[in-house]
Amino acid sequence: MAQLNFSALWPYWPELLAGLWVTIQLTLMATVGGVALGILGAALRSGRPSILSRLWGVYVELIRNTPFVVQLFFIVFGLPNLGVKLTAGEAALLAMLINLGAYSTEIIRAGIQVTPRGQWEAGRVLGLSRTQTFVQVVLPPSLKRIYPALVSQCIIVMLGSSVVSQVSHEELTFAANLIQSRTFLSFEVYLVTTLMYLALSIAMRQLLLAAGRKWFGEQP
Amino acid sequence: MMTTFTDWDILRNLLLAARWTVLLSLTAFIGGTLVAIPLVMARLSKRVWPHWLIRGYTELFQGTPLLMQLFLAFFGVALLGIDVSPWTAASLALTLYTSAFLVDIWHGSIRALPKGQWEACRCLGLDFGQSLFRVILPQALRIGIAPTVGFAVQVIKGTALASIIGFVELTKAGTILNNVTYEPFKVFGLVALGYFLMCYPLSRYSQYLEKKFNAAHHH
Repeated sequence: MAQLNFSALWPYWPELLAGLWVTIQLTLMATVGGVALGILGAALRSGRPSILSRLWGVYVELIRNTPFVVQLFFIVFGLPNLGVKLTAGEAALLAMLINLGAYSTEIIRAGIQVTPRGQWEAGRVLGLSRTQTFVQVVLPPSLKRIYPALVSQCIIVMLGSSVVSQVSHEELTFAANLIQSRTFLSFEVYLVTTLMYLALSIAMRQLLLAAGRKWFGEQP
Repeated sequence: MMTTFTDWDILRNLLLAARWTVLLSLTAFIGGTLVAIPLVMARLSKRVWPHWLIRGYTELFQGTPLLMQLFLAFFGVALLGIDVSPWTAASLALTLYTSAFLVDIWHGSIRALPKGQWEACRCLGLDFGQSLFRVILPQALRIGIAPTVGFAVQVIKGTALASIIGFVELTKAGTILNNVTYEPFKVFGLVALGYFLMCYPLSRYSQYLEKKFNAAHHH
């Protein structure tokens, strides 16, 4: 059995930290945008059936039943053919947004579905418009109900972002690959990187759940 | 020599590669089941340390990227002096990954049953094994089947990452074909369609099971 050599990795910590920072930025932007997209989609899907809500349903099913890496390749290799020039970072963010948008649509919609019908009626009776009723009456308790599931999905998207290293976006996994190719300490590099992802996912869950308690009050 | 690829060539190559996606998914799912069963049993024990160990195990595999797990399997087994093929590494990583989720799903299904079920078994004089197999599992299966089928979709999609460690399945075949044909929309469109055809029926089946078995629970 070969000896493990972690100390040789020490000079590379700035690269790993820089990669980690890019992963955090990507995740932050994808989370905010993806959840916003999900709220929009859930509103559409919960309203009256229309062509737009049908199309959104097709989008959700297409994304949820294909791998993220294929979606990423489709965007990265396909869009330039249409004359759309994206940097690796933009393409990565776009893929993550589209992915989380689909999943969060379904999660938020599930929360809206179990909100009693009377909530809608009460809002309407009080003279609120449909949009006002949705945003002020129906949405907050729905979000509160599905918030833990939404947090889990955001973490899955963060973990999935390691794949964007494959299209040369310089995030954490890309940094790991680079260090691996320079030092040949494959197992050591990937072990350290894996633990960094683990720490990030634990921190992200604690942080988001604490934020949730602040926004929604204690979970029932 | 430059060969031209007809649409039929693309489709044929993708279909051939899709067999490996199916095989890898089945391997991961069957392997994951075999690893998960003893872990679920261990979690049902009254001792504390198996709980912590298994919690750590599931946290490790659920809280890290599958891609990293594939890399670690690929380079970790090689470290032991064993020559490892992409197929072996991918099977190993996906098996452990799958088991970590199945443990949670199945243990959750068992725990969802009212405590009174266990107590009733005790009163009837059934031992642990009898209680588990005659009373608890038949009910837990009904709760666990829908999320299990739903998770199978995640496993199939997860196998796409095996392409990154060089295993030629549907996604890898797609990248190779894209490199020779320069037709990303056609190639990756077909690749996506392939996954969709495998996953969508399972997703729908999972939703159907969810409705069927949940109707009895929620009033």
